[in-house]
Amino acid sequence: MSVVPAGALPAGVLTAEEAAAPGPAPLGPRARLWPSLAAVYRAQLSRARVARIPLLFVATFQSVGIMILMRGVVDGGGEARAVVAGSSVLVVAFVALNLLAQYFGQLRASGGLDHYATLPVPPAAVVLGAAGAYASFTVPGTVVTAVVGCALFGLPLAHLWILAAVIPLAGAALAGLGAALGLLAPRPELATLLGQLGMSAALLLGVLPPERMPEAVRLARDLLPSTYGVEAFARTFAPHPDWAHVLGDLAVCGVVGVISLAVATWAYRRAAVR
Amino acid sequence: MCAVRGLTKTYPAVRGRRGVPATPEVRATDDVALDIRHGEIFGLLGPNGAGKSTLVRQMTGLMRPDSGSVEILGHDIVRHPERASRILAYLGQESSALDELTVSLAAETTGRLRGLDARQARAERDDVLDELGLAALASRPLRKLSGGQRRLACFAAVLVGERPLLVLDEPTTGMDPVARRAVWSAVDRRRAEHGTTVLLVTHNVIEAETVLDRVAVLDRGRVIACDTPNGLKEQVAGEVRVELVWREAAPLHVPEVTALRDRAVESGRRWTLRLAPEEARTVVATVTGGAAFAALDDFTLATPSLEDVYLALGGAVRQGLVKA
Repeated sequence: MSVVPAGALPAGVLTAEEAAAPGPAPLGPRARLWPSLAAVYRAQLSRARVARIPLLFVATFQSVGIMILMRGVVDGGGEARAVVAGSSVLVVAFVALNLLAQYFGQLRASGGLDHYATLPVPPAAVVLGAAGAYASFTVPGTVVTAVVGCALFGLPLAHLWILAAVIPLAGAALAGLGAALGLLAPRPELATLLGQLGMSAALLLGVLPPERMPEAVRLARDLLPSTYGVEAFARTFAPHPDWAHVLGDLAVCGVVGVISLAVATWAYRRAAVR
Repeated sequence: MCAVRGLTKTYPAVRGRRGVPATPEVRATDDVALDIRHGEIFGLLGPNGAGKSTLVRQMTGLMRPDSGSVEILGHDIVRHPERASRILAYLGQESSALDELTVSLAAETTGRLRGLDARQARAERDDVLDELGLAALASRPLRKLSGGQRRLACFAAVLVGERPLLVLDEPTTGMDPVARRAVWSAVDRRRAEHGTTVLLVTHNVIEAETVLDRVAVLDRGRVIACDTPNGLKEQVAGEVRVELVWREAAPLHVPEVTALRDRAVESGRRWTLRLAPEEARTVVATVTGGAAFAALDDFTLATPSLEDVYLALGGAVRQGLVKA
């Protein structure tokens, strides 16, 4: 099988190495942040294409179904806006938080993180690439949900462009949270459970109109990052949207996103070297 | 090029819970010292659970040792584990990070994450897939491939983006002979052209004998021997292995057979004996003639293999090595 004994190697290779000792050998190149982020993003997007499309349908149908249910409960106005906005952001929560938590939980448990940990890639590239891919995958479902919701409740479609800001910002916050949960959970089942709980929280606290909730639940609602995405989106349905408040909500979303992605990156480092 | 000194890692005891029995503290690597020379294929041989993978994970910066040092090409890997990724390429036992990618994208992405630019990564990907005969499978996801093909695809990803040291943890598991040959000729080409060094983890003694320049035998976290495969075999050169397979049961009414029983390792109908060549000849003469022959189904006489070395050196697990 092996036809080259060690002694028969080209002499230059051996002697050059031995002569250069004891100085440390030059290191291979480091993968830079943006190119490796792009590579991870592309790879994740391709795997999502293979494995995640059915789940995306589930996410969209779930949100549309909730809106149809809620039509009998809410009577237009502020509550209808909250329901449509909440259901749309729920798609983001389902994919970015729940599925990403599961993915990282399984990757960590199966030893798949070793693959990334033995490549000279910045941890942020792995986390951001995966989070970005999962967040982008929510785009069609979120848009479909929003359009269907507007049709159901007779809301204006004029400001739906705000989704271009809501999806990445809420996506960053929720994907960061999902990645951190998946990477920190000691067992994959626990990661799945936490992801599901996070999504349930986004469902209950985001979709149901806040006016009908007790004080404690409203506090929990304020702590959930997706709430600010929902609020920002809901405000744009008003006849004359209060853009300062929209920007304020989006800013909170963005800050939470940066923090949660930073936590996820830290969690990745911690999980990669045990 | 790679020096390991006093490497020790202990897994803490785990307290039992409902349905999960407690496990005591395990010393996975125990004061391991190794020297791997430039350009050789160095093997770690041992049964499952001997500590091979734990040792390799410490050498690749994936796990921090409790104490000891690992130096690769002049870099202290214990202090700077992140440098390992810029010196070596690692093929682990798991492929879950790549499973849902196509073969082509898995190789290309790995190359990009190894610091190649897009054009280089694509060019190297094409070369490696051609070299390993994977071009026809390039657009299939790894998940859909057979175990051996998937392993070969992961090996392809390891080769994209050249590294002076390849660390391969049981690379040929599940591969057919064609794929195995592709792996070893790819390794040989890199040795001849770049002087690449290979650290190979295996529990396959036949593979160990044919491809390794030197081998360290691991048992319960300790290195119990380290030499060339032939050098190790010379340690037990005085012995021959005799295997006797009986039709139903050993004919214990034959006194010569009864006398052998104490020295044989019994496994069902099979008896394995390690004997001096003279003795072996006598035993074969005894069992192939006379009363014992009627009860004999088959027998073999073999010179020592690495498996015999392992057993002779006091390997604890008697059936851990694979012959294939």
